[in-house]
Amino acid sequence: MKPVNTKVFGRHIAHAGLAFSMLVGAAQASTTLTIATVNNGDMVRMQELSAEFTRQHPDIELNWVVLEENALRQRVTTDIATRGGQFDVMTIGVYEVPIWAKREWLLPFDNLAASYEVEDLLDPVREGLSHNGELYALPFYAESSMTFYRKDLFEAAGLQMPETPTWSQITEFAGKLHDPGNGMSGICLRGKAGWGENMAVIGTVVNSYGGRWFDMDWEPQLDSDAWYNAVDMYVNLLGNYGPSGASSNGFTENLALFNSGRCAMWVDATVAAGFVTDPAESEVADHVGFARAPHGVTRKGSNWLWIWALAVPKSTENPEEAQAFVEWATSNKYTELVAEHRGWLGAPPGTRKSLYANENYLSAAPFALDVLSAIETASPQDPTVDPVPYVGVQLVSIPEFQAIGTRVGQNLSAAIAGQASVEDALDDSQRAARRQMQMSGYYD
Amino acid sequence: MDGALESGTGAAPRASWFSQNREKLTGVAAVSPAVLLLFIWMAVPLGMTLYFSFQRYLLLNPDRTGFVGFGNYANFFGDPNFYAALFNTLTLVGSVLAITVIGGILLALLLNQPFWGRNVARILVISPFFVMPAVAALVWKNLLMNPVSGLFAWVAQLFGVQSVDWFGQWPMVSIIIIVSWTWLPFATLILLTSLQSLDEEQKEAAEMDGAGAISYFFFIVLPHLARAITVVVLIETIFLLNVFAEILVTTNGGPGSATTNLTFLVYAEALLQFNVGGASAGGVVAVILANIVAFFLIRMIGRNLD
Repeated sequence: MKPVNTKVFGRHIAHAGLAFSMLVGAAQASTTLTIATVNNGDMVRMQELSAEFTRQHPDIELNWVVLEENALRQRVTTDIATRGGQFDVMTIGVYEVPIWAKREWLLPFDNLAASYEVEDLLDPVREGLSHNGELYALPFYAESSMTFYRKDLFEAAGLQMPETPTWSQITEFAGKLHDPGNGMSGICLRGKAGWGENMAVIGTVVNSYGGRWFDMDWEPQLDSDAWYNAVDMYVNLLGNYGPSGASSNGFTENLALFNSGRCAMWVDATVAAGFVTDPAESEVADHVGFARAPHGVTRKGSNWLWIWALAVPKSTENPEEAQAFVEWATSNKYTELVAEHRGWLGAPPGTRKSLYANENYLSAAPFALDVLSAIETASPQDPTVDPVPYVGVQLVSIPEFQAIGTRVGQNLSAAIAGQASVEDALDDSQRAARRQMQMSGYYD
Repeated sequence: MDGALESGTGAAPRASWFSQNREKLTGVAAVSPAVLLLFIWMAVPLGMTLYFSFQRYLLLNPDRTGFVGFGNYANFFGDPNFYAALFNTLTLVGSVLAITVIGGILLALLLNQPFWGRNVARILVISPFFVMPAVAALVWKNLLMNPVSGLFAWVAQLFGVQSVDWFGQWPMVSIIIIVSWTWLPFATLILLTSLQSLDEEQKEAAEMDGAGAISYFFFIVLPHLARAITVVVLIETIFLLNVFAEILVTTNGGPGSATTNLTFLVYAEALLQFNVGGASAGGVVAVILANIVAFFLIRMIGRNLD
């Protein structure tokens, strides 16, 4: 056997080791961004089109974490609060941004390129994501609420839907169009318990009846006349002219009801406009009319604002790359990319003025201008008649709101189901809200 | 030499104890890494939960921290929905246990008889257990129980009867139906296997003695099934105390607090606002409750486990 020449052997090992380490070193020159996002259609599309971004930035790798909304909120909130550093880009809502910006957990977007055209952002959207005048997240898409109604039924009954109806008018129309014998409900509204379910709609009703969640001393106002009038109207409207089982209907159930032609009217998110006018999904696609969300004594706060935005936590190790990605994904160029691949109807709605001046988009989405006017009239920093210490139209941007909102939502869904009186439901809600605020130290 | 006592040196008796117990010690030494790992796996999270339950720890409000003694527990017990949640938890567990055990026995008896298509029937009966709880809940809520477009509503309409608003008027009953549907296959499977180990000879002997089908069932079959029933009850209790997905997806705690169980209460009051201290206290209370329930269950039927 040939003896091994240790000197030559050692040199071979050294060369191999050097070559290997160079390979490994080259691979480590790129940065990896971990992006947490929600499993909506628009977000999944962003993931599909992100190849364009990696083409423009070959040294950045993208790692996607796509989750359902509740799971996403849990994961990103836990990560950012414990400074876990797991994520470089987070998809968050207009609920989280004010809370986290105040805690200084997010990086501000104070260095945007001129090509980003930040002035093109719709004012309420820019307001909703700003804290002390600085943007802490960039909007991916935004929505408000509006009224959908059946033009054919209105015509047949000789009714005319005004552009900005009041809740009394809506009640009148619902009474005339309610026909349970033929499976037609006068109106469909959310009843399912939850801070983002029934309380989103009821929150706007309360605002437009002159009410508010908290006064300037953070005392809950659920025992006020405005709350009683608003909730009483809502419960009676839904009970008299709503579908059976309304107390457990959320957005999805009402969309199914409207699409199968069982609702004469529906007040809900503007994103539904795309679904109810899509002949592939809706049986009544050609008969849908749009109007502003109904109001009570004031139009202030009568339609909500929800924004899905991308933000960069302070704990990230790649702040510049992360912000570059967020800028790309919320830019006009990205919208054009979507239009190229999926047509203009797929463009993420509600964030930029230029989209609503674009003829291609307006012809693809006939409801676009109604959606625009809804978003433009939302005012998250000034949602109510009386002054309030919080921001948010249909929500209150404090950490305690999810629990309080869900608890109140549960009580009100009991009222909608006829299991509790409006007064009892509101009394219990008032006590529960005050208890939560007390435990969180707002009155110390 | 070997075994002989040496005066003065303390080493010799110890050495002989070790060698005398060598087998036992080898066994302990072999098992100890696994046992130690399991113990750490259990003790560390439990210990951390106990520790956090005595702290004020709000993830979103890091300024307010500190030891609060039993403050979190007082808040949890003082929640107006606490007793409702406790009652709902026990109702849910008790009802589902009753339905699945009784239904499981009947189904097992049925599936034990020879009939055409028995294998297909067995597979169909077992399948609901593999459907994810959230999916099962959605199917029941939207396809079956929906008072406008559900199957039950359609049947009611055929008979000219008003359809039932399941989740509005009977929320707890609806949840019990969904959970029982999911767990019935599990009980059936275990009881069927136990039934199949029953001797045919005993049946013939009983017939010769003039015993009818009913007496045969109560005096021979049921005692034979006792051990399997115990297993079913104990395992199901562990899981039923934690029912969550079905409630979240259908009623979100129900009209008022009608379908809020302890797990959901911890979620709605503490987890939703990232109150780690409060959630830990709720978790500890749930553990204590589970232990109490287990204690009573074992007293009642545990004698059947040898």
